[in-house]
This record gives sequence, C-alpha cells and structure tokens, in this order.
Amino acid sequence: MERLRIWRIGLLISLVMILLAGCSGDPTLSVLDPKGSAAKIQLNLIYWSLGLMTVVFVIVITIFVYVLVRYRKRKGQDRMPEQVHGSTKLEIIWTVIPIAALIALAIPTVQYTFDLAEAPPAEETVIIDVTGYQFWWEFKYPQYGITTAQEVHIPVGKKILFRVHGKDVLHSFWVPSLGGKVDVVPGRVNTVILDAKEAGVYQGKCAELCGSGHALMDFKVFAKNQADFDKWKDQMKQPAPTVATTSSEANGEKIFQQNCIGCHAGVNPNIQGPNLNKFATRTTIAGVLPHNDENLKIWLRNPQSVKPGTLMPKIDYLNKDELNDLIKYLDSRK
Amino acid sequence: MPTLIVLLVLALFLAAIFTGGYNKQFFERVRSSRTWDWLTTVDHKKIGILYLMAGLFFFIIGGIEATLMRLQLFAPGNELFVGRTFNELLTMHGTTMIFLAAMPLIFAIMNAVVPLQIGARDVAFPFLNSLGFWLFFFGGLLLNLSWIFGGAPDAGWTSYTGLALNEYSPGPGVDFYVLGLQISGIGTLIGGLNFLVTIINMRAPGMTFLRLPLFTWTAFVTSGLILFAFPALTVALLMLMFDRLFGSNFFDYTMGGSTVIWEHLFWIFGHPEVYIVILPAFGIMSDVISTFSKKRLFGYNSMVFATVLIGFLGFMVWVHHMFTVGLGPITNSVFAVATMAIAVPTGIKVFNWLFTMWGGEIQFKTPMLWAVGFIPTFVLGGMTGVMLALPPADYQYQDSYFVVAHFHYVLVGGTVFGLFAGIYYWWPKMFGQMLSERLGKWHFWTFLIGFHLTFFPQHFLGLFGMPRRVFTYQTNVGLERINEISTIGVAGMVIGTIFFLINIVYTLRKGKKAEADAWGLGRTLEWSIPSPPPEYNFAQTPLVRGFDALWVEKEAGNKSMTPSEPLGSIHMPSPSYIPILMSIGFFIAGFGFIVRGIPAAAIGLVVVFAALFLRSFDYDHGYHVEPEDPEKGGKE
Repeated sequence: MERLRIWRIGLLISLVMILLAGCSGDPTLSVLDPKGSAAKIQLNLIYWSLGLMTVVFVIVITIFVYVLVRYRKRKGQDRMPEQVHGSTKLEIIWTVIPIAALIALAIPTVQYTFDLAEAPPAEETVIIDVTGYQFWWEFKYPQYGITTAQEVHIPVGKKILFRVHGKDVLHSFWVPSLGGKVDVVPGRVNTVILDAKEAGVYQGKCAELCGSGHALMDFKVFAKNQADFDKWKDQMKQPAPTVATTSSEANGEKIFQQNCIGCHAGVNPNIQGPNLNKFATRTTIAGVLPHNDENLKIWLRNPQSVKPGTLMPKIDYLNKDELNDLIKYLDSRK
Repeated sequence: MPTLIVLLVLALFLAAIFTGGYNKQFFERVRSSRTWDWLTTVDHKKIGILYLMAGLFFFIIGGIEATLMRLQLFAPGNELFVGRTFNELLTMHGTTMIFLAAMPLIFAIMNAVVPLQIGARDVAFPFLNSLGFWLFFFGGLLLNLSWIFGGAPDAGWTSYTGLALNEYSPGPGVDFYVLGLQISGIGTLIGGLNFLVTIINMRAPGMTFLRLPLFTWTAFVTSGLILFAFPALTVALLMLMFDRLFGSNFFDYTMGGSTVIWEHLFWIFGHPEVYIVILPAFGIMSDVISTFSKKRLFGYNSMVFATVLIGFLGFMVWVHHMFTVGLGPITNSVFAVATMAIAVPTGIKVFNWLFTMWGGEIQFKTPMLWAVGFIPTFVLGGMTGVMLALPPADYQYQDSYFVVAHFHYVLVGGTVFGLFAGIYYWWPKMFGQMLSERLGKWHFWTFLIGFHLTFFPQHFLGLFGMPRRVFTYQTNVGLERINEISTIGVAGMVIGTIFFLINIVYTLRKGKKAEADAWGLGRTLEWSIPSPPPEYNFAQTPLVRGFDALWVEKEAGNKSMTPSEPLGSIHMPSPSYIPILMSIGFFIAGFGFIVRGIPAAAIGLVVVFAALFLRSFDYDHGYHVEPEDPEKGGKE
C-alpha cells in the first residue's frame, strides 16, 4: 500500500519533469541557452553543482525508499527494534564525504567569482553607463557621446563594461542570455562585464522589486556585428532633422516642445524621462508595447494603463489632429 | 480617535447586554466567564492553544493572498490584480507567513511541549509568556488592519529602503509594516528569552542537557537565535520609523544615507530567522521519526552538535542574500564558502534520520507521513540552497523564480511539513483527542501533491528568465504552460488545508479520546502524564534516568515515571489581565503613530506605562492547588 503511493508520487514528479522538458524556454531569455561568455561560465557552474547535488539526492532517496519499504510495520508484526545509539564510523563517513564534495564545488566557485569581476583591458572595452529609473532604463556611451533608452546596442564579440547607476530606488539589471544580474544601488556604481557571442536581440529585465511597474521594466539588447554596430553608431550621432518637412510634422514639433520637452530632453534635472533621440528607430514603446502608431496613441492617452506607476502623465487633452501630428513628428525622429 | 472611543463604548455595551446588564455582579460574572479565563491565562498549555489558533488564522489569510497571486499569474496579461495591489499581496503574503504564521505556530508547539518534555510545571515567566502572545497578536492585527486603513504595505516583506521610504511609498502602508512588526517582534523576543530561561532553569532532576529531547534542544537553539537576531530587526525598524515619521535620513542616499545599511541589518536578522523557523521543524522530525520507528534517535550527540552548529553558522552567511549588491569578489567568496559549510551539519541530520528508521518498525501514522514527506522535499530545498550559495550561479538565480521555488521548498516543505507533523503528533496531548487518521491522510496527500505541482515547476520559470515579484509576464517565451501548472497545484494545497480544518472541527465534536501515551509509543516525558495534562502538569516532578526518559522506565518494566518529590501542594501563578491591557496600549500607540495622531499615540503609551506600574506593584503571589494522587485513581 505505502509502496504503491511512493511510486505514484515518483510517477507524478517524473511526469511533470517530462512536461517541463518539453518547453526549454525562449532563446532570447533563458539562462539555459547562454549567448555570452559570462552566461556560459555561470551555466557551467550551475550544471556542475546540479550534477553533484543530483548524486547526493539519488543516494539519499535510495536509502530513503529502501528503509521505508524494508522496515515498514507489517500486519500482525510486533517486533522490538534494537535501540542503536549511533555509529561513529558511519557518522564520520557522512561528514567527510560532503566536505570533500563541497571543496570540489568551492574551488571553481571562488575561481569564477574572481574571474567574472576582473575588468578587461580598457582599450578593447565598450563602456556603457546604465541608469535604472522607475520604470525604464537609460544607456549612455561615454566613448561615443550617445544617449538612448530602453534599447541598448552592443558589438558582438567585444567585452562590454556596464557601469550601473541608480537615482531613485533599487533595481536590478539582468540579461539572462548574456549573464547574471547586478543590482542598481542609488549612490553606488556597480559594474558587470558581459559580451555576446552571436548577433541577436536579447531581453533584459529588472529583477528587484521597484514599485508598481516593476513587472514591466523591460529592455532589449541588440547584439550586432561590428559593421552593423558602427552603422547604428553613426546614425545615432547624426543630428536630428531640425526642420520638419511637412506642415503636420512641424505642428507636431511645436506640440512636442510645448508638452514633452520638459522631461524628455532633460531640461529639468529633477524630472527626467527617457531620451527620445531616434525614437522612430526603436522597436518598442515604453519597453513593452510593439512600436506602432496605434500603441503610441494608447500609451500617450493613458500611460498608467500600460505601465502602472509610471511618472509619464496622461496626454489626453490633445485633440485628434494634434495627437496625430505629434505622432507624425515622433515617427520622423530617425 | 473618536472612532476608538465609540468602538470601546460599543464593546462595553455589547458585553453588558450579553451578560445581563451592569450591576454589582457584572465584574464577577465577567471574571468567571470562559472568555475572560482565556484572555488572562498564564498557563503555557492554554497560551500554546492561543498561539496555535492565531497562527492558523494568519496561515489561512496568507494562503488566500498566495492563491490570489497565483490566479493573477495563471495567464499572461491577466488584469485581476496588477501594479500596486499585486505588490500589496506579495508583501502581505510574505510578512504574514513568516511573522504571523510560522513564528506563532512554532511558539504554539514550543509552549505546548517544551515544559512537558523537561518535566516542568510551567515556563519560567508565565506572565511574560502571556505578554509575548498578546504583543504578537496585536502586532499582527495592526499589520492586517492596513488593508482597510489606507492600503497594505507594498515594498516586499524585505521592505528594501529606497522603495520603502515616504518618497516612493507614500501613504500609511509601510508604517503598518514597521509598527506592526515592531510590536509583534517585541513579543517574539520576550518569548525567546522565556524559553531560554525555562530550558536552562526548569529541568526536572536528572534531565541533563544531553538528555533533552531533540525538540527541546532545537527550541533552545532557536530561542538563542531569536535573542541575537531580533534586535537587528528592532534597530532596522526603528531607523525606518524615524525616516518615515520624523524625517531622519538613515536610508536616503541623497542625504548621505544608504540603502545597503538596511539590506545588511535586515539580513543579519533575516537569515537567522530562516533557521529560527526551520530548527524546531528539525526537532519535531527527530522526535516523530524516532517515535514511529520505535527506535532511539540515531547519533543523538551529533544531532545536538549539528543543531548548535547550524545555529552558529546561521549568523555567518547573511550576505548570500546580497551577492548582486556589488560587495566585491572577496566578500562574496567568503560568504559563499560559509554558506556551503551549513550543508554539512544539515546532511548529518538527514542521514541520522534515515538511520533512525533503518532497522526500526515504521508505522505510517499521520505525523510520520508528514515527517516522511519532509525528507525528500527538504533535501530538494537544501540542494538548491547549495546551488544558490555559489555567487556566479546566484547572479543568474537571484531574484528570479528559482529563488521562490527554493525557499518554498525549505519553508513549506521544511517548516510547514514539520509543523503539520508536530500538530498531528501533539494534538492529543494539547486537546486530549486524536485527530482523525483518515482525514489526516487526505490532508497529507493532497497537500504534498499540490505543493510539488506548484513549486517544482517554478525552478524552471526562474531559469527561463522570469523575475520574482512580477504581476505579469510576456507571451510566447515559454512561460505560460509552467505558470498554468503552478497555479493548478495551488488547488491541491487549498484542498489539503480544507481537509485539515474539517479534521479539526470533526475532532473537536466527536474525536476519539486520547490516552496519556496517545500513540502507545511515547518515549519522552510528555507522554507520562494525562492528555490533556492537569493545570500543574506533573503531580510529582519526575526523576529522569536517561535520554528518552519514559522509554527508559518502560524498558525497566515501570508503568510510570519515578517521582523525585513527595506529593504536596503546588504553587501556581495567578492569571492576569495586565498582558492584554499592555498589548492593547501598544496597539493604540502604534495605530496613533501610523495615522500621525500624536494624542492617540500618547494615550496608548500612557496605557502601557500604567500597565507597567500596575505590574510593578502587583503583590499577587499566586495560589496553591492540591494535586490528585495518580496512584489513587484521580483524574486519568
């Protein structure tokens, strides 16, 4: 009876495991599918510790199942078990073997901890200053004089030194595909060194509870070949088109300057919103909605419905034409 | 403030109406009512039951909060509870489960069992015992009132500053957290001190430290941890209270403060707290496994040593909650190695349990089922614990669902399974009735299956890139199916808990009466006296002649313990209304601070000081009872 139940549980657990093995996570978000050398090192350590721990688990479960089956009370049995006090030999065995296993685990752990903290040579490194705000990310390239938000572009194969700054509350900067996270701590500058082994778009997350919009504080990492990256860099450095070409865009620019520029160009240092330079090239709005005019309208009219807690005010007082003009102007920011 | 007075008057009116109006006998009647008896009791057995009921009540509230969160996460883009509401749920779930469910349930069992296991008539300070309970209870009540007075705290149970400061959490939510926990924390600290003194001073003749049952040992070490860990929380909460109420700047970085200080203080308390709630579960395991295997605990001395070592190392590892804060590779490595070291004494315990069962005659009564379910579940939680101790790997796990899975395996698979084992095991001793075995087995199996279905998949959620404390997730990134499974699993735990409640109600109405040695296999002192025990526990203090004191007598062919003193009258402490009065004072003061009503806060503090004054000049020396002679067939 009892044995049957134990097997039933085992069956259930293995069923769940098979089900889970079916889904392996998304290649742009999964720790188990590393795309950078930091993530690779970390995954190696995960597998090494998982392997060791699985051995321990199998040993414990084997003894466990054997004991439960072998020594359960059978019907009509009334035996007096021997009152054993212990066994020094056995106890030494299960003290010493785990210590050995832990040493085997501790050596690569300490090694990797120091490896990951080691700064690469400065001349080969791209430096990016990341700042976490409630609930968006700013990326500055001090070497190139570029500022952008929500989407960070990096060259494939190069070491990227992210210097992480905080201005309001704690956040945590995490790109699972490229490597582990580091906390955004106001008043400190933390660093994390990542790289991408192959071109692609990887998803970034905020991993520390930072308020109502925490779940939606996403960003994207665009890993590009050097040539593509340079092209992007040049495009970013080109000045924005100063004169709008059509009259509705010109009107949009006026509306933008009347309503948006206070936060979005950093005029007021106490209120800062994302830099909207080359906004039309971004793939998302607010880091979560796919970029199209319809979503832009939804966002402008009621940002809180998209991202609870965002500081962006509702722009619901513009009439239809004004809103369309504003959107046209934003679309021209390439 | 007027509201409070109106409520107070209303309560007095209601009391009068239901007891027959005000007249000379009113106070007499109140004093002889059962409610008054429970409110003023200083008997450790009754306080244990109060802790049990309050703990179960908050356990259910915390469970409802968890269920609501899992419903929101059932599908991406759900709009049941988003943004702030979800953050309130996750904060209150964590805070309630740790401080208001796990802690009181542990105190429930400690109160019910420790004095009996050491052969004492009560704890060392019965008055403080009552005060500890009422402070916990009113603190918990205050915290939960936040739901109807301006919103619950929403900065997480860790309440990391930055977010928990006025600027980012306006409104009273976090104030409820600060003052509610401060008040209930004082209660916990008092409780811990009380048990330390009790175990050191109140042991029966012959009950040396190395003859203490394992549960008492773990209660002892846990009380020590409470004594050293809770002051860190008290200090942190006080600093946060000053930041929020009086404009100080301990944690505001723009004014030279630091959020990292909060993280350190919180985890210097928070990590030992994990051991505070898990060690008693280890103790319960040891007693239950030994009893139902009909065998002496394997390697008693090394079990005691492992317990003390875990308690000690528990203070050396708090930075493993902060590997991603950027404290540098040296700090991270030191704390990583210290954390891994804890696996060794924990492993010793697991193997000792296995070898206690080895060669025994295992009976799968409900407490033993929980103990048996505990072992593989807890070992899984311990495994992921070691994996989390490695900083490079932790950079990936930290604050993801992997961590959520890990600590639920430890806190539910460890603490809650342990507590259920303890409740089933000692229920007959506490209430004099056996819980239904049949309902107990339904409870166990549904809860166990539901638990694994909920939390096992969450390891994968974390590895697939889902951060914790999020109210939604994207579609098409491989997270939907796993979240569905996880939410479905909750149903198992809910059904299990319902079976448990049915079991309690059923047993209270028509449960089977329990013998003194309720399971017929008792090894320790509590099974040598009637179930439930008389007011004074032991008519004659027993003489302890070895580890497993009752078992030693059984082996020697004795039916009961040898007494160590002649039969005589027993001195008992008088009940007192001062603990509950003082706690109400704290409650009013806390509430006053929260609503920034300084007069109310002042009145509350006046009540507190009045109660202190009353207590100081209280010349009540208790009373004496004449025990019934067990030999002459008194109460059985």
